[in-house]
Formats: sequence, C-alpha cells, structure tokens
Amino acid sequence: MAYSEKVLDHYENPRNVGAFGKEDEGVGTGMVGAPACGDVMKLQIKVGKDGVIEDAKFKTYGCGSAIASSSLVTEWVKGKTVEQALEIKNTQIAEELALPPVKIHCSILAEDAIKAAVADYKKKQG
Amino acid sequence: MFAPVYLDWNATTPLDPLVRAAMLPWLDARFGNASSRHEYGRQARAAIDEARARVAAAVGAHPTEVIFTSCGSEANNLFIKGAAALMKPGLVAISAIEHPCVREPAKQLRRGGWSLREIAVDAAGRIDGDDWKAVLEAKPSLVSVMLANNETGVLQDVAALARDARTAGAWFHSDAVQALGKIPVDFRALGVHAMTFSGHKIGGPLGVGALVIDKRIELAPLIAGGGQERGLRSGTENVAAIVGFGAACEHATARLEDEARRLAGLRDRLEAGLIASGMRIFSVDTPRLPNTTFFAADGFDGETLVAKLDRAGFACASGSACSSANPEPSHTLLAMGVEHEAARGAVRVSLGRDTTLTDVEGFLAAFERLTNQLNNLTAMAVQS
Amino acid sequence: MLKFPIYLDYSATTPVDPRVAQAMIPWLTEHFGNPASRSHAYGWEAEKAVEDAREQVARLVNADAKEIVWTSGATESNNLAIKGAAQFYKGKGKHIITLKTEHKAVLDTFRELERQGFEATYLDVQENGLVDLSALKDAIRPDTILVSVMFVNNEIGVVQPIAQIGEICREKGIVFHVDAAQATGKVEIDLQTLKVDLMSFSAHKTYGPKGIGALYVRRKPRARLEAQMHGGGHERGLRSGTLATHQIVGMGEAFRIAREEMKTENERVGALRDRLMKGLQDIDATYINGDVEHRVPHNLNISFAYVEGESLIMAIKDVAVSSGSACTSASLEPSYVLRALGRNDELAHSSIRFTIGRFTTEEEVDYTIDLLHKKIGKLRELSPLWEMVQDGVDLDSVQWAAH
Ligand SMILES: Cc1ncc(COP(=O)(O)O)c(C=O)c1O
Ligand SMILES: Cc1ncc(COP(=O)(O)O)c(C=O)c1O
Ligand code: FES
Repeated sequence: MAYSEKVLDHYENPRNVGAFGKEDEGVGTGMVGAPACGDVMKLQIKVGKDGVIEDAKFKTYGCGSAIASSSLVTEWVKGKTVEQALEIKNTQIAEELALPPVKIHCSILAEDAIKAAVADYKKKQG
Repeated sequence: MFAPVYLDWNATTPLDPLVRAAMLPWLDARFGNASSRHEYGRQARAAIDEARARVAAAVGAHPTEVIFTSCGSEANNLFIKGAAALMKPGLVAISAIEHPCVREPAKQLRRGGWSLREIAVDAAGRIDGDDWKAVLEAKPSLVSVMLANNETGVLQDVAALARDARTAGAWFHSDAVQALGKIPVDFRALGVHAMTFSGHKIGGPLGVGALVIDKRIELAPLIAGGGQERGLRSGTENVAAIVGFGAACEHATARLEDEARRLAGLRDRLEAGLIASGMRIFSVDTPRLPNTTFFAADGFDGETLVAKLDRAGFACASGSACSSANPEPSHTLLAMGVEHEAARGAVRVSLGRDTTLTDVEGFLAAFERLTNQLNNLTAMAVQS
Repeated sequence: MLKFPIYLDYSATTPVDPRVAQAMIPWLTEHFGNPASRSHAYGWEAEKAVEDAREQVARLVNADAKEIVWTSGATESNNLAIKGAAQFYKGKGKHIITLKTEHKAVLDTFRELERQGFEATYLDVQENGLVDLSALKDAIRPDTILVSVMFVNNEIGVVQPIAQIGEICREKGIVFHVDAAQATGKVEIDLQTLKVDLMSFSAHKTYGPKGIGALYVRRKPRARLEAQMHGGGHERGLRSGTLATHQIVGMGEAFRIAREEMKTENERVGALRDRLMKGLQDIDATYINGDVEHRVPHNLNISFAYVEGESLIMAIKDVAVSSGSACTSASLEPSYVLRALGRNDELAHSSIRFTIGRFTTEEEVDYTIDLLHKKIGKLRELSPLWEMVQDGVDLDSVQWAAH
C-alpha cells in the first residue's frame, strides 16, 4: 500500500493527539467505528461561547489513513463554527490526503466522527 | 563438456547475456515475494509490472492482457482447459500439427463431453482451405492454430483464420511460442483472442511463459490459490524469470528485423548445401520462420544422422524435443502426408543469435562426410 | 552494520542462498540445454543435473528420487495432489477433509472440487492451532477419499501431528496429502516412517529460487493421480512442460544444504526467536498466537492488543514483516487463520508475524525489540481503546456503532 506524503506526514506527526475531560464545559465527544472492524475514532471538540470550535483532540485505533484523516479534521474544525464543521465532507478529506479507493471509508469515518462530536455537544447544550 | 555447435534453437535457446544480467539481482538481494507489502515485496511487484509491460509491448497487447505462467505448455493448457471449463461442451478444433501441449489438453476435453476435430494441413503444412471451411461449418467453440510450427517452421495465415473463426463465433487461440522473436507478432493486428508465448525460446530463461488473452474470455484457472495473475494463475511469482522474460522480449524484438534477415541468409546457405547433397527440404517454398530447416533423405535414419552429427560436434534434433523421447516419426510430417519412411529420416536444424556462417559451413562439411560414410556402408552392405 | 529494512519475513519467501545461486549460474550460462533434448550433450547434461537435484530433494525427506515430480511451486503441487487424487479416486467416494487454517492453495482447490461435486469438510482447529485428532476421526466417513493437512502452518508456525494423522488415514485407506511448503529444513521429515501419500514442496521457502517446487508421490503403496497439465508427457506424464534446469538445480542445492545444516541452523534460529519473544513479551497486553511447543523455531506470531495491525506495520517499516500471510495481506480482512484459533477480530487485526531465518542476526533482533517497544507505546498513546482500558472500561461491554 503506497501512502501519500500527506498521509505519512500526519501519521508520523499526528496533530492534536489527546483528550479533554468528557464532562468539561463545551466539549463534544464523538466515538465511531468498532474494534472488530479494525478502526475506532474518538474526536473531541471544545466549543467556545460564540459557537466557534476553539480546540480539538483525537485518538484513533486504525490504519494509517484513519489516523491521518482524524488528525487532519482536528486541524480543519478549529476556528469553524459547529455548523461549518458539519459541512466538511469525506470527499474533501480523501482528496486532501489522496486516499486510494480502498481507504475512502477511513475518510467517511472521520466525517462521521465530526457529526458524532457535534451531536454530543448539542445534546449537552440541551 | 566440449561444446558442440548448437543448432537446436527451436528446442531451447542459450540465455541472452543481457537477460542474465537483468535477472541476477532477483536471485540475490532483491528476493522479495511480490505479494508482500513491505519494501522487498513492492520492489518485486514493480519489477513484474515492468516486465508485463515489456511483454505486452513486444506482442502488441495491453499489459492487463498478459498472464504469466511457468511455461508455454502451461499457457496452452490454461487456455484450452480454462476456457472450455466455463463453456457448454461443444467442438474444439485444432490444427493437425499442433504441439502436444495443445493436442493433449484438447484430447482431455473429450472426457467432458467435447468433440475434437483436427484441421487438416496440405502437403506444405499449411491449413487446408477446404477442410477449414468444413470445420467452420461444424461451428467450433474453440479453435487453436499455431502461428509457426516448431519442426518445419511453417507459418499459418493466422489473421485470416482468426477472422473466419470470429465470424463463425469461435474463440481463436494461437500458439506463438516459436514465432516470437523470429517474425513480427502483433496480438491486435492478428485479431486472435488468445496467444501463447514462452521465455526460453527467445533468449529468455526456462520457467516462464505467458498467455495473452482478450479479457472478454472468461477462464477458469488451472491452479487455484493465492489469487496471483488476476486469479487466473496462483502461485508465488517467479520474479527473476518474469524479469528475464520481459528483458528477452525487448531484446528479441528490438533486433528482430536485422536478425531475421541474417538468419534467413544463413538458412539459405545451409539449404543450398543440403539440396546439393540430395536432401529434400520440407515446405521449402512455403512462408517459414527464417531460422528453421527440416529435411530428410530417403534411406537415412534421422536418429542415426543426428547422433553422428552430435559426435562430429553439431547439436541438432530429429524433431521437437518433447517428442524426441519417443521414436515415433514426426507428427507434423505425417499430417503433411509425408511417407513414414521419409519422416523417420527427418533432421531439424534451427539457427539462432550465436550461429555464424562458419558454423553453417562446418555443419555442411561434416554432413557431407557423414552421409558419404553412410552411403559407402550401405553400398558395402549391398555388395556383400 | 544494520541494513534496512531488516528482513523478518522468511515465511513469505527466503533469499536465495549464495551457494544456491552459485550452483544455478552455470545453468544460466553455457549449460543451457533442454533436458528433454535426447539428441545431444546439451540435453544430456541438463537431464543429469535434473536427476541429481531430484536425488537431493528425495534425500531431505528420505524418499526415493522416483517419487519426486517437479512442479512450478507448492501451489501447483497442492493443486496437482488434491485435484489429481480426488479425480482419480472419485469412484470410491466424494468426501474430502482439510483444515480451516490451510494455505489458500489448498482451500481454494477444495472449493473448486466442491463446485465439481465433491463434499468437503473444513475442520476447526484447537485454540493452539493444532488439529483435534478425535474431531478428525469423527469427520471421516465411509466415502472419505482424501485428507489434506499442512505440516507447518505458514502464519503461526505450528507443527501438525502428521505421523498420527497418517496412521489414521492409512488404516482407513484414505489418501493423505501434506503441504510441507513451510516444513522443509525446519522439521525432520522421514517419508519412510510417515504414512503420507502425497507431499508438496516449494524451493523458495528454503533458500532456493521461486517458480520451482515438487510433489512427492508415494510408490509403495502406490498413490495414483490424474495429471492436471498435459503435453509432451514429461515427469512420467504427471506434469508436462519443459523443465527449468537452473531452477531445479537451485532447489536440489537448497535442499542439500537444508539437510546438512538443519540441526545447527534450527538451534541458532530458535535462540534468536526466543530472544525476540522474550523481548516483546515485556510489552503489556501481548498474546502469542499458536502453540509454543509444537512450533517451528523460526516463527513468532504475536498480537499487540489495542493497536491496529496495518498502522503497526507502517510504524515499523524498518522491519519487513507481515500481518497474516503474504498472499492475503492485500485485503483488509483479518487473518482467517487467527480467526480459526478463536482470536477476536481485534487481536487478529493487531497481529504481526515475525519469521526469522538463515541470515538474521542478534543485532537485528535487538533493534526490532527496541523499535517495537517505542512504536507500540506511541500507537497506544494514540489509541482510544488503550485509553478506555486504562480507565477501567471493559471493551466488551461497550456498544459499538458498526460501520
Ligand atoms: C510450438 C510450441 N508450443 C509450445 C511449446 C512448449 O513451450 P514450453 O517449453 O515453454 O512449455 C513449444 C516448445 O517445446 C513449442 O515449440
Ligand atoms: C503452507 C504453504 N503452502 C503453499 C504455499 C505456496 O507455495 P508457492 O509459493 O511455491 O506456490 C505457501 C507459500 O506461499 C505456503 O506457505
Ligand atoms: S479505517 Fe479501516 S482501513 Fe482505514
């Protein structure tokens, strides 16, 4: 499997690895995937009072493309409003990372992780 | 071993030194399994892809149409049995002069309910037009006619045969093992559905062949397993041999024109000499490979001549290598209607890359000496 | 001086031993004859080389040279043995038995026979990867004609009880085929005592060249086969096709070396494997796959929980290893062999096969241990599963959203 430079870069130097307290104010947590499928992605966003995502963290169990996809979206969501973040599409992720067809589902997983994190955030906001 | 002059290039060829050089790294530091995903494996995979492209370019096909096998025999088996396995039993028609590795698998099909018909050849060894018409009317599903015969070197008009076969709704295969590197071979231009090649007949290594096949034909693999070669031929790829085959294709086709002219010149010199000593050359006026001479003389036994020639330092054959294990006279000659007696006396001389004018003249001199001796012996025998 | 990537994938293929390459070269140079050419010395000397090599192959497994048939590799040998025997004996019955953990070359051949109307049983193995002999006995039916069990598994290196299976099969008059592609030079094979009828070999797993293998076909009592490749009638009609002299010579030399050096080599390789095993078991939450006792000394198959296999391979690209077998690693499926051991998918996904060989050094092993420690640590930092486990979550209790 030949990985693109960008995948390798994110994989070697993943951005924003870590975790926020799940119960912290303004934190939304999305966990998608399943160990049995070989991939689990946890994406957390920290949203300010103005609805803008101030920070994001991730942890991923999965292949290099999955790690790179999640690392990339932590960079992309920062500075966006939650609504803008929801507009990030897996095709953009796949294109940015030049994912081969067999790895498209890694980018879908990353898109799903954003949705799950935002949904969790909204739920907590009530 | 003292090295006799090699005049049996249709049986196998010495490895081209350039090909050997291309192969050696793959028997050394680059030893990966092409299915492995690490660096060693990826190197091997890339080398196979490159070789595939070279083979495809040499025969006018697309790289995805090339399936590597372990030899030409396997490729012929793969086409005949593999295509038949996925079709309703019907008629398989092959020329009467095919190599055993076409004829035998075709015979096997009979066990699965197929009928087999051999297409007759004329006295010159070319497909007989009337019989061909009759075969087409019988609506064959599979047809196989070789491009160049291994013994006589006779060429068939494969393009025309393939066109007819297509019109009749058959899949048309041609064994081009002996043609590659000696005459131009173009898969597309010939319009065949499938074609067989072998590495060791063109200055490449033993242990590799290829079936080039139109992807519309569904094939059942002969060898199941890891799914290599698009699932059509499982087994760890023989990287060194495949690389060698690719290199050999490139070299053999690059110098084809000049080499064919040179060989034809030597062959003509040889044949002039043989005719002068009273030999009869089969298919002499028929389009043939430039390197092959198949001849006989009444009253001589081919096996004896070849054995004496070997002792005199010239390696040639009394027929194809496979069938030289059995003392039967040449199947090809019998199909051409040559009498049993003359067929038994046949000798094949096939020239190649290293053959020189000196070799040919040396051969003629030795041949002359031997036949004189044999003639004297016979004369003595008759007198006494 | 370490050379990268460090090769620890000897079960995928081995380098050609320089002595083997040396033996092959003349047959790629001046000795180029077709061994089937009967009319001149080029052919005779090639034929002699082929017969000498046949003798070497036979000697490694204590068989008669007449029982050895050349093929293009173990894949072809497996196909020839299984289809050839099944088709020959189909009048006696249509039931055939193998294991779920066999190589694809066996499994796919079985599937093909099923399509031809044979009935196949794919036996489960025990958790340690070994066949359960009583389950095998129970699976045998009056119409069973063939049992195929591999000597050494290519992924987990376990050695099956071939002698016992042979007794069972012989008693019932069932043809017994053994895929020994991974066994030559690693375990003693004595075909005078083993009741095996057919055995497949490959050169490139034992420091010989690719593209050449052999099938052992017992003469007493005689095992019968239908040929699968037809033509000039080479190999007593069992396998037509021009013999590749240089490759055959290479296999002969490789098997000669294996016979002479197996003992000392296995000791050395086994010590290296144990060193690697010890070094890696220091890492938390690691599991060895397959029986440790009944195992070739070359193989270590180990799962690192909570890290995913493909990213692990990427992390340790300085060492060339495989997850699952080379043939199947192009797909994202977890290894079917590990699944058959009852490993959950997650552990199957995070398994690495290290296979050590003739040219592996202690320095390479130590480097690998060190690298694995570092990289597993890093990947677990990245792993949400590891985090949950550290927080005391039982992963099995989590409801995962499937995708
Ligand atoms: C016309 C023809 N077809 C097929 C073959 C078989 O090729 P291989 O030796 O590669 O099996 C030969 C050579 O013996 C041949 O002359
Ligand atoms: C157990 C086993 N059987 C068969 C094979 C296939 O052998 P070959 O590569 O010679 O076709 C392999 C190797 O891939 C193997 O490990
Ligand atoms: S996330 Fe499953 S392969 Fe990448």
